[in-house]
Amino acid sequence: MAENETGESAPDSAESVGWTVAKRVKLADRDNPFELISGKKLLDVEVEYEEYGPQDSESVIMVCHALSGDAHAAGWDKNWQEGQRRWREKKPGWWDAVIGPGKALDTRRYRVICTNVLGSCYGTTGPASINPETGKSYGLEFPVVTVQDWVKLQKLFCDYLKIDKLYAVIGGSLGGQQAIEWALAYPDFVEKVVVLAAAPKLSTQGLGFNAVGRYAILNDKNFSKGNYYESNCQPEDGLAAARMLAHITYLSEEGMHEKFGRRLQDAQELQFGFGVEFQVESYLSYQGKQFVQRFDANSYLYITRAMDYYDAAAQWGGGSLEEACKRIKSDVMVASFSTDWLYTPQSCKEFALALSRNNRPVTYVDVPSQFGHDAFLVQVEEVTHLLRHFLEAKRRWRSAP
Amino acid sequence: MLSQNIKEMNSEKFAALTKLIEERMDPALLGFGSDQILNFFSSVGSSSKPVTDDKGYPLRWQDKVIEQEIPVGSSVLDLGCGKGELLARLMDMKQVYGQGIELDPKAVLECVGSGVPVFQSDIADGLSGFADNSFDYVVLEETLQTLKEPVRVLRDMLRVGRSAIVSFPNFGFWQVRLDLAIRGRMPQTGWLPYQWHDTPNIHCLSIQDFLTWAREESVTIVEGFVLNDGMTRKMQITDNLYAEEALVIIQKA
Repeated sequence: MAENETGESAPDSAESVGWTVAKRVKLADRDNPFELISGKKLLDVEVEYEEYGPQDSESVIMVCHALSGDAHAAGWDKNWQEGQRRWREKKPGWWDAVIGPGKALDTRRYRVICTNVLGSCYGTTGPASINPETGKSYGLEFPVVTVQDWVKLQKLFCDYLKIDKLYAVIGGSLGGQQAIEWALAYPDFVEKVVVLAAAPKLSTQGLGFNAVGRYAILNDKNFSKGNYYESNCQPEDGLAAARMLAHITYLSEEGMHEKFGRRLQDAQELQFGFGVEFQVESYLSYQGKQFVQRFDANSYLYITRAMDYYDAAAQWGGGSLEEACKRIKSDVMVASFSTDWLYTPQSCKEFALALSRNNRPVTYVDVPSQFGHDAFLVQVEEVTHLLRHFLEAKRRWRSAP
Repeated sequence: MLSQNIKEMNSEKFAALTKLIEERMDPALLGFGSDQILNFFSSVGSSSKPVTDDKGYPLRWQDKVIEQEIPVGSSVLDLGCGKGELLARLMDMKQVYGQGIELDPKAVLECVGSGVPVFQSDIADGLSGFADNSFDYVVLEETLQTLKEPVRVLRDMLRVGRSAIVSFPNFGFWQVRLDLAIRGRMPQTGWLPYQWHDTPNIHCLSIQDFLTWAREESVTIVEGFVLNDGMTRKMQITDNLYAEEALVIIQKA
């Protein structure tokens, strides 16, 4: 992730949004429950969010985070010592490379907001939150949530902040699917939509990867049907295994080869055992261990399920993506990354194709990359170029044929 | 008649042409009525080189024609739009709705940089992403002769656009004929600088070839322009011999 670090700025740098403080807002209660697409209702919904840039800016940009992300998109968390956020001490927000004064999402011009999704473990209501019906953590009592629910909640959030129009919605991966959903669900609300490394639905292969990840969690000896919050033993092995597998899908074969090859970590020769010997084993094991420090296994189940369920064509077009895209009025840019095998260039391109078949202006770019799915975070230079210019470009509508 | 023409040419031009032809003469033809060949080609004219901008990029003569011909407010799909210069100018000057298609990732990034909506795709894979009659004009500059299935692309252009604009190098141009006829080599001209092994041109055609195809497919030629001696003008009946480059605007009949 060296490239990423080059784009990040120290808190006192002129290019950083500086120290950030997350805020929370209650958007549903007993009197105004939040109804989910499944028909279930949540009686208590709180949303954690961060915002950067001038509050009076006319151009508001909603940034959507991916599976393991949070509302802390840029800058340095002032309260990193609180809760399970100590890892934020040495790391700025997940998209610090593109959000800040003078960066692609220039906070001198744009008001940038990011909310944590429902079901997550970073401040917004999720399975670890207290169920008002029982007074205990929800665990698996928490209802299954979907991308549509997330976006509906984000819209409620905009209403709360009295934002009546978004200049842009931008997201990568699962965040990109939220951007797609925004374009479909609120066509008059969003002027520009940027979808990075995301498709209107997850591939069969992707469903398979998520299934294996959840299997590891659900069968961890400490999982206890999701009621592990009071226990000293968390389902760490299962969550780590899920993360290790997922991490492989974020890299490319080429990238992994380049980074680790078949090099051994410590020993000079094979040990004829089952310890960590190869560099790639050591790296993945480290990634797994880091992840369990900062993520909740139940949230992992819920968020991957939302990723599985999302299908823009089924939701909005009776199975036809082209039909669904008739709704869209925003200017759309889709970018895929050539070695991404989680959301392949072909699957990302489908959304752009469905738009252009409907005479919608669309920009589709397949960025050459060796970084696989992670490229949308890592390939800062290209992503910055794309975002900066797409946001600046004037809108030009084609007259009806 | 031919020698009459030669006499009327100024001696400088005659000398230059003679030299050009003698240098290019296939040795196999030398003992063999070469004077007549020389006489014939001397009557035909001269050729030009692409004009380049200050960075050495060739200026596309076709762009000027297209900029003139396309009415204000049209929708234009540019196939192989490169860095999007034509579309950017049309969008600025003629309030055109522009969409480009380009394969080269670097060029695509440049398009985004100049605010041109661009779709990264290989036009050889077809225009499946575009609906019937969804653009006023579909443009294909200097690419037809490089395509594996040029006719498929032409048909697709006529499906997606109410008009199509196509430009191509004219392989009926006299100097091209000269190269093959008396030099016995694959043609090399100012506009066709390639060697046989590095040329992108795999389906070479003359203006006459194109007109014949259009007649066979019942495609209407709305307008034709050519580049002759470095100048752009409307297409004439003799241009299969005289024109280095051609641009035609076509429609379904």
